[in-house]
Amino acid sequence: MKRAKAFLSTFLLALFVYLSLTLAAGMPEYSMAPEEPWSQIIWSFEEFVLGISVSLIVASLVDHILCRTEDFRMMNPVRWGIILVYSIPLFIEMAKANLDVAYRIITGKIEPAIVKIEPDLESDLGLTFLANSITLTPGTLTVDIDDKKSEMYIHWIKIGEDPTENIAGRFVKWIRRFAE
Amino acid sequence: MTWPMMVILILLIISVIFNALGTIGLHRFPDVYTRLHAATKCTTFGTIFMTFTVMAYSIRRYVIMTDGTKFLNMAIHTFVALIALLITNPTGAHAIARAAHKMGIKPEKAVKDDLEDKESEVS
Amino acid sequence: MIELTTAFYAAALAIALYIIICALRVFLGPSAADRTVALDTINTLVIGGMIALGAAMMETLFIDIAIVYAILSFITTLFIAKYLEGGVS
Repeated sequence: MKRAKAFLSTFLLALFVYLSLTLAAGMPEYSMAPEEPWSQIIWSFEEFVLGISVSLIVASLVDHILCRTEDFRMMNPVRWGIILVYSIPLFIEMAKANLDVAYRIITGKIEPAIVKIEPDLESDLGLTFLANSITLTPGTLTVDIDDKKSEMYIHWIKIGEDPTENIAGRFVKWIRRFAE
Repeated sequence: MTWPMMVILILLIISVIFNALGTIGLHRFPDVYTRLHAATKCTTFGTIFMTFTVMAYSIRRYVIMTDGTKFLNMAIHTFVALIALLITNPTGAHAIARAAHKMGIKPEKAVKDDLEDKESEVS
Repeated sequence: MIELTTAFYAAALAIALYIIICALRVFLGPSAADRTVALDTINTLVIGGMIALGAAMMETLFIDIAIVYAILSFITTLFIAKYLEGGVS
């Protein structure tokens, strides 16, 4: 049963990526009726057959890699919606980060340190998201993760007070909503 | 010059400026970690803005042309490229930082190094 | 919209210039990690340039190649990092 669920989720993900990449790719360009724009976004039958067979091969090869833990919380589409909403605060933080790094490139004022934070997240997905978010935001870069004790080592370009709260606090409460 | 063209041009200029900052930072900062800061953040942000530009451009072409299926296709492919960039780029930076620390490169002018302390405790 | 095509070509030209400047760091870099950082930056810039050229020439194929290049360059970076750490174990 677990194997079947892992197989099915890998298959659906692979099929989704394949279909989004081949969207309207096999269509003759100017033959569709221009008054119906949505009739152009459609797959041909051959596209479906090829996509399903490739996804079956992929799913049979890598399902034990994608679903390593027996945990299928991410099958829930609500969590994917929360990831989309999360991209908005992440983008704002990224814009701030880039202005900050641009300022430091021009003036050269740095005071780097490697600090330890304890974000208290359990799942691998949550830690991965947190590490990537930290790397993309103000003056911080993940150097190492201890996933057993849930500790992260962060290179901070300008050292400040209370690293756990200042670096990870903004993201942890978002990431708990979809990954824990 | 119409306003969609202005928006697209402004996005393009932001992208080129941030890529330039990343390149300058690569030469201006003193050690590996700070160089990673400049290179990863600025060039990722610049390239994200490049994908935004191309998405806006192709959607605009799709709207003003009656037979522009190709451009909608281009917008979707650019979105997939954006997601690939967002996942792969910070992970690559993280791998390089970890490798540099395991090679024994110390962060220059560092005030504090918790990871160093932890490694010396274990060994 | 013809001027925008020119703007995309100009952006691709600027990115080519940045790639040359980054290549300087590949030659200069004191340690192997510095060179890897410069190579990673070059990879990201190549992806941006490919996307700009794809928009300028109106070829979706360039953007497909950019996606594949992103994933392959990521794997290359991971392998170099693993090698620098001290072998694939």
